[in-house]
Amino acid sequence: MERKKTDHMAYLPDMDVIDSDMMEQVLRQMNDYDYEQYTSASVQAALRKDSLSVEDFAAMLSPAAEAHLEEMARRARAETARFFGNSITMFTPLYIANYCENHCVYCGFNCFNKIKRGKLTMEEIETELRTIAATGLQEVLILTGECRGASGPEYIGHAVRLANQYFSTVGIEIYPLNVEEYRYIQSCGADFVSVYQETYDTDRYDEMHPMGTKRIYPYRFYAQERAILGGMRGVAFGALLGLGNFRKDAYAAGLHASLLQKKYPHAEIAFSFPRLRPYINNAKNNPNDVGERQLLQTMLAYRLFMPFAGITISTRERAGFRDNVIGLAATKISAGVSVGVGGHGEEAKGDEQFDISDPRSVDDVRSAIARRGMQPVFTDYVRV
Amino acid sequence: MNDMLMIGGVSFCSRFILGSGKFSLEDTKKVIENAGVEMATLALRRANVGGEENILDYMPEGITLLPNTSGARTAEEAVRIARLARSLGCGDFVKIEVIHDSKYLMPDNYETVKATETLAKEGFIVMPYVYPDLVTARALRDAGAAAVMPLGAPIGSNKGLLTRDFVQILIDEIDLPIIVDAGIGRPSQACEAMEMGVDAIMANTAIATAGDVALVAKAFRLAIESGRAAYLAGLGRVLEQNAEASSPLTGFLEE
Ligand code: SF4
Repeated sequence: MERKKTDHMAYLPDMDVIDSDMMEQVLRQMNDYDYEQYTSASVQAALRKDSLSVEDFAAMLSPAAEAHLEEMARRARAETARFFGNSITMFTPLYIANYCENHCVYCGFNCFNKIKRGKLTMEEIETELRTIAATGLQEVLILTGECRGASGPEYIGHAVRLANQYFSTVGIEIYPLNVEEYRYIQSCGADFVSVYQETYDTDRYDEMHPMGTKRIYPYRFYAQERAILGGMRGVAFGALLGLGNFRKDAYAAGLHASLLQKKYPHAEIAFSFPRLRPYINNAKNNPNDVGERQLLQTMLAYRLFMPFAGITISTRERAGFRDNVIGLAATKISAGVSVGVGGHGEEAKGDEQFDISDPRSVDDVRSAIARRGMQPVFTDYVRV
Repeated sequence: MNDMLMIGGVSFCSRFILGSGKFSLEDTKKVIENAGVEMATLALRRANVGGEENILDYMPEGITLLPNTSGARTAEEAVRIARLARSLGCGDFVKIEVIHDSKYLMPDNYETVKATETLAKEGFIVMPYVYPDLVTARALRDAGAAAVMPLGAPIGSNKGLLTRDFVQILIDEIDLPIIVDAGIGRPSQACEAMEMGVDAIMANTAIATAGDVALVAKAFRLAIESGRAAYLAGLGRVLEQNAEASSPLTGFLEE
């Protein structure tokens, strides 16, 4: 039975539409971005500048820049030190539910994947939070699958309120919300919102998200802006590298973030660069043409373009890679990670979203940071 | 020599204020000793009281803490952070930082004046971080600030005293200690600022990004002392005048 798919570029009822043309700007510039036109000379010229323009950023992401990785790394390390000193912030994610009504082709939580589903009760959430807090961590990121039915804003709000009692910094990585919903979650105690566009290529986005509300591209695109309007302090951007053309995706995410910062100068900006990972029942999910070299190039390009932005390195990458990019470009690292539902205190109540590559504990990561001469930071935020 | 720096009725021999939070905590003691500083800043957002890697645990006895309000975007947030610092036992000094700009980290002078007014009334010794603007500095003085901390260059840039002429105006017009806060990247720049008559220097990134943090701390101390001595010796005034003519140009006048 053939069902007509919903238009992924049109809002559904109940979705806030805000007054902004950022999406048109990003899409136009991304489509015009021809990374083959850049040469070694354009990369070198960009590297000589004090601050990088969007055009220079485009050059840094081009294949021509791959030959200049070492110079980029040197400069990136200096920029990171200028803005962040030798501090590396530590945090851990907590998945509180993995119900999902979407069918993202690349994700282990997708609604057709036969995995164990679960949702933590408030008591269970508190046990998890307490266990995490006992490791000394002061920052937690609360995650759910995208299911308003099973894990609605109120459920998340309650979890955030609990988290706020144990942690100085609480972030959320959940489905996109309306402005007033962000305001509500902020009032519960979370100030940072991560939403990844996965791919900025609208056609590829269409293919990858055949059903569910996540299908609606513009609603996801404007999530960060709605979060800021709802009183959130900082927002994170990113694309799932390997899903589409990674150079274009990386370029679009950087542009998106810089336009938002221009419009809301106080907004704190952060990036994360997940690469595709295998998941339960799909061991072959892989990052395609994005090797470590390309991933590093992307991270360095962001550091040079927006030296003030936070960059998080996830456990999707191996320990050796993570340890080497902190201080070079990354400023934040997760530790003691479980990507199943719960799993910090008691046994996980639901299966994992993807396979992790760095299962090290908080103490191990902390020592690894110190061994590199960097300062592990447990708290860098005071909510007043 | 009885050349003390007075801030809010408290006197200091050292004219060097150390920023913290950008180098390893275990280096703190060594850096403070080498720098000979008596005052060090402390970002309250880094204070992890009772927890891991708490910056407060690394501050040696006898150092005057200068908690800063970094992370505040408005006067109101700065006021709340300052009160929190005091309640944690950090004392009455507070460096106000209100930043509403995540890219350039430029201080918001207007909000800073508002926060200064409130906190000075509550008995804090307020040291506001601002863009060097005379009108703002006058408002800060009237609001009860104990010092003015103008930036020398964009924060973390290590570019030196790019705002030189504007800082000079503050030195000439404002009868409060003028302490150059951001932008000083090398000891020579610190020395130059001191020669001009700046009352003290604060440095953070310059120290944190050096190969040997303890050694560069010492270099800064010496440069600041040297610049201060040059200022007291009147060197600055001579340098600023045009070269002396060898014979008077108006000597032909008869009456
Ligand atoms: S990426 Fe998010 S929305 Fe998509 S299937 Fe996974 S959990 Fe659901």
